[in-house]
Amino acid sequence: MTLVYALTIAAYVGCGLYMMLSRHAVRMILGLALLTNGAIFLIFFSGGIGATTPPVIPQGAEALAADAANALPQALVLTAIVIGFALTAFAIALALKAYRSLGTLDVREMQDAERLGAPDLPLSTPVKNHG
Amino acid sequence: MADAATLLVLWPVLIPIATAALTAALWRSPAAQRWVGMASLMLLLAASLALTYVVATEGVVAKQFGDWAAPFGITFVADPLSAAMIAISGVLAFAVGIFALSDIRPRHERNGFHPLFHGLMAGVNGAFLTGDIFNLYVWFEVMLITTLGLLVVQRGRAQIDGALKYAAMNLFGTILFLIAVALLYGATGTLNMADLARILPGMEMSPGLTASALLFLAAFGIKAGVFPLFFWLPASYHTAPIAIAALFAGLLTKVGVYAAFRVFTLLFEMEGGGLREIVAVVAALTMITGVFGAAIQWNVRRILSFHIISQIGYMLMGLAIATPVAIAGAVFYIVHHIIVKANLFLLAGAIRKAAGTDDLRKAGGLLKSHPWLAVLFLIPALSLAGLPPLSGFWAKFLVIDASLREEVWWLAAVALLVGALTLFSMSKIWMEAFWKKPVLVRATPRRVPVAFVAPIVLLGAVTLTIGLFADPFVEYARTATAVLVDPADYIAAVFPEEGPVQAAGTAYPGTANHSQGAVE
Repeated sequence: MTLVYALTIAAYVGCGLYMMLSRHAVRMILGLALLTNGAIFLIFFSGGIGATTPPVIPQGAEALAADAANALPQALVLTAIVIGFALTAFAIALALKAYRSLGTLDVREMQDAERLGAPDLPLSTPVKNHG
Repeated sequence: MADAATLLVLWPVLIPIATAALTAALWRSPAAQRWVGMASLMLLLAASLALTYVVATEGVVAKQFGDWAAPFGITFVADPLSAAMIAISGVLAFAVGIFALSDIRPRHERNGFHPLFHGLMAGVNGAFLTGDIFNLYVWFEVMLITTLGLLVVQRGRAQIDGALKYAAMNLFGTILFLIAVALLYGATGTLNMADLARILPGMEMSPGLTASALLFLAAFGIKAGVFPLFFWLPASYHTAPIAIAALFAGLLTKVGVYAAFRVFTLLFEMEGGGLREIVAVVAALTMITGVFGAAIQWNVRRILSFHIISQIGYMLMGLAIATPVAIAGAVFYIVHHIIVKANLFLLAGAIRKAAGTDDLRKAGGLLKSHPWLAVLFLIPALSLAGLPPLSGFWAKFLVIDASLREEVWWLAAVALLVGALTLFSMSKIWMEAFWKKPVLVRATPRRVPVAFVAPIVLLGAVTLTIGLFADPFVEYARTATAVLVDPADYIAAVFPEEGPVQAAGTAYPGTANHSQGAVE
């Protein structure tokens, strides 16, 4: 079972990394989403999957049963899902805005930030009077 | 339990969060947002200085959220290092807030500048104060989303392009951070940093822990902008409005450096596993690539962006050498650098205002038209290059002295060479913008607003103070280092009762005996 989980996580992370290497902004964002999911699975797996008893202290008892499930990874995963969702949504909005104003989703063609104040920019006024 | 001292730990985060909410509620009235924002920045400064005073007099202060005893709840800890970072970012936020009054246009305000600015401060202060590694991840994400918002408040083509590149690299970095946290949790069963500091020294370095340590290094490296991972920084910082760029330059990369110092002193050892050697080589390459990247640029903002990278190398140098002297030097370096770097960006804004351009080739003649601006520029510029008696001299002296004591000659040589090249870059700005005859002569010089000059004077005064009265600051850096090197005080503040809180009955199967409250 451990092997199945490990292979699943590896598949997620591998696909995510491959997609992130793409020059296409949308593929890159999909890669990020896959990577986030890989990380989330890893948290779940780190918490130890197996126990299915709800982590609720039975009436009259002082402490949890020995085979209770670990509740903490669920809290962590919930947080990570919410954050991942928000950032993916923002990244998609940003890509959409980039497509509308830059007219491309190919990161090779996005040169506007580079052109702003680039050192090899031809000057409109001739440079004189050094010293 | 909840006495004034422990509550002080919360104010540096609560004030900006409340302000972000309030300014967002006042969305339709930028004027009201401005007033609320300034009042909040003053409160934040006061709270930050009060916290530093308490930490300096009483030692490490910790606060458990909801009185859930560690390691079950979220902990906020202010040790001398955190307190110094909080104080210095309070000063910086105040200065940038004044600068923004004049620099930030109404259309930027309508795009949400104020809520995002205060949200960013909450994220930065939260990252400095938290004593929980997963919580640190959450604060990193708060910082990331507000940073992205601030990058695009101007909504130009270059801004959107820069933000997309920033987003790609930094989102990847936070995912690495998350994976590192997951591996660490899997190996130890706890996320509380003080608890980890107790457990990890007794553990064998398993493959999972090694992978976790390296992923932490990569994640913080991306955030800090170190050698092979810095490309997002010069691709985006110069596109933001000056006030925002100054805030980023002062704080964001330094949060990455701070996190690296926290994790690699409190949790992992620098010794063994080749970690020291990796960090030393990375530090040297960061210094060199940053300073050479700056050398070919002609745009003030781009020159300064590359210098952020080069300066990060000096801080990493302290971490690589890892003796108490070196770490104290690096702590001093971080404090000095935050002020100086942000000040230089503000000055870039003033130069742009006075010369009408960012491009040094088109600027000139400012020495004649704005002589006081030239003096104000020299203070941080020479401090960045490390000339005595300014703060940068002591900062460089401390880290280079530490590397000489450990006989790491090559690293000291690189640091000295990079210092000389930094001087070259600064004198380039000086010669081109101030000294050279202007390319285009204007009949009336452009005025630089008071809101630009006041924060520059304030930050310049701080630089001079640190430089001329370095002794108490160095002493404070040594105190901060003592807690970093020997975390006994840190652990004692988080676990006031002797020994760990062993809740034997609550042990979960599959993990260690430690668990924690919900994180959201």
